[in-house]
Amino acid sequence: MADNQLAENLKTTPLEALHIALGAKMVPFAGYNMPVQYPLGVLKEHLHTRDQAGLFDVSHMGQAVLRGADVAAAMETLVPGDLKGLAAGQIRYTVLLNQQGGIIDDLMVTRPGEPGMEDALVLVVNAACKDADFAHIAASLRGRAVLTRDDQAALLALQGPAAATTLAHFIPAAAAMGFMTSLVDNFSGTAVRLFRSGYTGEDGFEISAPAAAAEALAKALLARPGVQPIGLGARDSLRLEAGLCLYGSDIDTTTTPSEAALNWVIGARRRAEGGFPGAAKILDQIKAGAAKKRVGIKPLGRAPARAHTEIQNEKGDKIGEITSGGFGPSVNGPVAMGYVDSAYAKTGTKISLLVRGQPLPGEVAALPFVPHRYFKP
Amino acid sequence: MGQKRFTKDHEWIKVEGQSGTVGITQFAQGQLGDIVFVEVPTAGKVVKAGGEAAVVESVKAASEVYSPVSGTVKEGNAALPLAPETVNSDPEGAGWFFKIEIADAKELDGLMDQAAYDKFVAELSA
Repeated sequence: MADNQLAENLKTTPLEALHIALGAKMVPFAGYNMPVQYPLGVLKEHLHTRDQAGLFDVSHMGQAVLRGADVAAAMETLVPGDLKGLAAGQIRYTVLLNQQGGIIDDLMVTRPGEPGMEDALVLVVNAACKDADFAHIAASLRGRAVLTRDDQAALLALQGPAAATTLAHFIPAAAAMGFMTSLVDNFSGTAVRLFRSGYTGEDGFEISAPAAAAEALAKALLARPGVQPIGLGARDSLRLEAGLCLYGSDIDTTTTPSEAALNWVIGARRRAEGGFPGAAKILDQIKAGAAKKRVGIKPLGRAPARAHTEIQNEKGDKIGEITSGGFGPSVNGPVAMGYVDSAYAKTGTKISLLVRGQPLPGEVAALPFVPHRYFKP
Repeated sequence: MGQKRFTKDHEWIKVEGQSGTVGITQFAQGQLGDIVFVEVPTAGKVVKAGGEAAVVESVKAASEVYSPVSGTVKEGNAALPLAPETVNSDPEGAGWFFKIEIADAKELDGLMDQAAYDKFVAELSA
């Protein structure tokens, strides 16, 4: 009964009917009724994505366009990424920061390349954060830029080694796009925005499309050889193996980019100039090192060590906590990431993971667990 | 030919004399999804009815397996940790977790028989 009442309050994506027709198991996620898995199951969905191509519904994520005469400079007051340096049609992964240097959200910022959009940035943010993010951006940049939410648009992700040939069947120009670039093109009569990006560690695309066309486009992709629908369960294990952060678990307002091992999101010019929230603290952490650091963690046995597992040194003192952990189907074993005191952050450091009261052996591991296979022409 | 009883937590126990074999049901494995890790109890472990006796983990989450009755573990299924996917493929056969010496046979009266369990699951799925 409780579940049914909950379900009635959930938002749905434009692909709701398709998920149900495909036999998805639906769960509440970030206020949406979302597919956690299809009949194939999480394990096979994960392996299929790394082997061929998986289609994900990520329409719950927040999409918006930010426009202003000097839009990149305006947005740079909220993030540490080099946005002024973005070429037309280029995407950047960055983070919204608070005044303490904590991460409000991670997001993709695209400088669109098509005519008439010279004063615009296209934003894609996390579902659970989108209302707060968009309110924060709109309020902070009032007078400099105007944010328009695109709540109606669907967002599909097509990921895996067969993604490019699959999409090129409909949009030939997709094949030549480099990793982290974007363009607008025609998909079976519908104008869509393509991003050559994703969150699985594989080559792939995200496709922003009008809600009314989303189901037809998803069905067209699923009808191609080697394409399977993939749920949130496999999305999580794929991004964990790829060493990518889940907002709310691995990064949040209590972690800075330095602590999160995301110094690479802070461009050289931004390091020199500062001018982003928490800059003094973050630049100091880059120079002197942060007290804690996000690292990969490999449990050495078969038992997964899940989020909130205590990490101990060999003497049994607490040195950190796992923030994401589970079974990595491609690794064929447990994988995790978490924060440790920086003294223990070196790859290969022996640690103990307190699972069900038992200290299990583990070690600090390099990320990603599975090599990224992005397309860089 | 032992009789099978079921808990509301979706464990089964097949009773033969004073002993029982315990596992999780077909319904339970379907709910859990792909099982990637199991931990079975060692012989001699004393468990209570409804108490934690074993662990089963899918890609997504870890779950406890509770003992349907009180007693002493006689044997854990040593093959299971090496092939946890057996719980998916044969949950009520080769995917058994442990055998137990039943302390109090009267506890079995509080469990469901096959017909009652099937009805229970049908209501959950409705």
